[in-house]
Amino acid sequence: MKALRVLFALIVLLVFALSSGASQLSIAMITDVGGVNDQSFNQSAWEGLQRAEKDLGVKAAYIESRQDADYGPNLETLLDAGTDLIWGIGFKMADAVLEASTNNVDQKYAIIDFAWEKTPENLIGVVFKAEEASFLVGYIAAKMTKTGKVGFIGGMSFPVIWGFEYGFRAGVAQAGKNVEILSQYAESFTDAAKGKSIANSMYQQGADIIFHASGGVGDGLIEAAKEQGKWAIGVDRDQNYLAPDNVLTSAMKRVDNAIFNIAKELIEGKWQGGHTVSYGLAEGGVDIAPTTSKHVPAELLAEVEAVKARIIAGEVVVPFSKETFASFEVK
Amino acid sequence: MLLESIAFIIATTLMYSAPLIFTALGGVVSENAGVVNIGLEGMMTLGAFVGAAVGYFANDAWIGFLAAGAAGGALAFFHALACVTFLADHIVSGIAINFIGPGLSLFLSRYFFDGATQTLSLSLDAKIPRPLNGVFEQNGFFDMVFNQYATVYLALFLVAFLWFILYRTRLGLRIRAVGEHPKAADTLGINVLRIKYLAVITSGVLAGFGGAALSVAIVSRFSSTLVSGQGFIALAAMIFGKWKPVGTLAACLLFSSAQGLTVYLGRGDLQRMLPMPSQLLATIPFLLTLAVLIGFVGKSRPPAADGIPYEKE
Repeated sequence: MKALRVLFALIVLLVFALSSGASQLSIAMITDVGGVNDQSFNQSAWEGLQRAEKDLGVKAAYIESRQDADYGPNLETLLDAGTDLIWGIGFKMADAVLEASTNNVDQKYAIIDFAWEKTPENLIGVVFKAEEASFLVGYIAAKMTKTGKVGFIGGMSFPVIWGFEYGFRAGVAQAGKNVEILSQYAESFTDAAKGKSIANSMYQQGADIIFHASGGVGDGLIEAAKEQGKWAIGVDRDQNYLAPDNVLTSAMKRVDNAIFNIAKELIEGKWQGGHTVSYGLAEGGVDIAPTTSKHVPAELLAEVEAVKARIIAGEVVVPFSKETFASFEVK
Repeated sequence: MLLESIAFIIATTLMYSAPLIFTALGGVVSENAGVVNIGLEGMMTLGAFVGAAVGYFANDAWIGFLAAGAAGGALAFFHALACVTFLADHIVSGIAINFIGPGLSLFLSRYFFDGATQTLSLSLDAKIPRPLNGVFEQNGFFDMVFNQYATVYLALFLVAFLWFILYRTRLGLRIRAVGEHPKAADTLGINVLRIKYLAVITSGVLAGFGGAALSVAIVSRFSSTLVSGQGFIALAAMIFGKWKPVGTLAACLLFSSAQGLTVYLGRGDLQRMLPMPSQLLATIPFLLTLAVLIGFVGKSRPPAADGIPYEKE
């Protein structure tokens, strides 16, 4: 009995020593309901954090949320574990993260895909300039189309998705050819059948390349491209694996780079909360997919690189809304 | 131009309706035998996953399709066990099924696909075949209308088949008798329990087919958002169709054609002539269905003993 008690005490001590002994910085993230292997931003975030663990020596961890109600408790768990920086992945967590950060002013927080008008000092919001990657794929589409028509399928019609559309439109315009753009919103992020019928409709109207920013609706687009032997352009991550012969390129959001950069800033003592950072081409926050070189000729890729350099240099300012698009001039 | 527009709407209608028809027919079978099945959504989701996963590993969508039916049927067995043997409330059991179906799908998906909540895509050759592919000129009128996946034809055939079973065979009479008045059926020597089990499991098989019709014909993989609510739309179509196969078919076609119309009206060139916000357009299928329901469909009456647990005395 006594031996058991001693053993128990030893285990408790050991656990304590392990959990508090490390002097390295610890960064943890909370996934939204998609889970850590969602093949999308949660997974990308975790990859960034793992890279930070390997290259920067931070201690990385994650907790998965099974439902929206888990966000609060998960934030509490990481707070109690003495995590240095807590990431909420995805705009769904915005309210929970804001509440946690106002309640625990000494704890550092950050969130992916959300910007507040007034951000508490211990919190960073990270957003992505999706319009810049959309601009590049629009440029590629306009240069590659054989029919002079390209398409855009949006999920729901609201500002985030407009960023994709107007970035794409501007990229098409930048290519300097007379290319018509068909655009339609599915008003859904899940209805793949609707995505397929919109895509079929656009292909029948003569489009041969269609870009989407519509989540699961895009599965229908990629299927239609496969069946009709046309091109689709993926979004958020490299979607080429879904249809290797039909996905021309993808407008990628590099959540991993954002997570890694902020980890680096934290280690170097450059952490600065209380504002929103927006990651574009310059910061490596968005880009076109690496598989683009499979189908896009090298000369065109070189042109795209040149356009990219001009965006990074600030010579070309990519529009993200109807208003900014109206005043956009091809330079 | 006009001909093409019509062809496009018909094509979308047929594509859209196939998963709904399978699933809604499942509802018809179950409810005609007196067991309410709001678990269609869960069975459909599991079917969609199993169809895509088995189809992927076997590299043959038909095997996946059959496996999807088996999985839906297996899930339905538990619904039958709860509702028929243990006399549980049908709605409560159905809700449980709707949690189990998607939950199990995600769990299995994570297990077999390296932690991912979606399966990998089937190649075009491994998918359900399109029997009339290449027969007509691509994107011509006949190609658009008739170049459909085999599941579409199968769904339409199934409507006729089920109508025949329900109204022209002894088995059908028994199913309906059990749904209308199980006690009378029982006293006449019909094995009520067996009929109910048969009907509920069949409904699961059909819902599983419905899910697979989505995951291996309309698209080529399962993802966690693929089904999202189509099982409930099928359920509504069944009620709209007055619990009868042909009426249910009509309801599914109506809803799907409204979707086709929505997509058609959302086209850029039409939007210039007839501008309409896309949010408003997206409500058309639901508004139209509601309008038809109020205006043209008379009083609808479920089988008299639908949803009432039957206890043998």
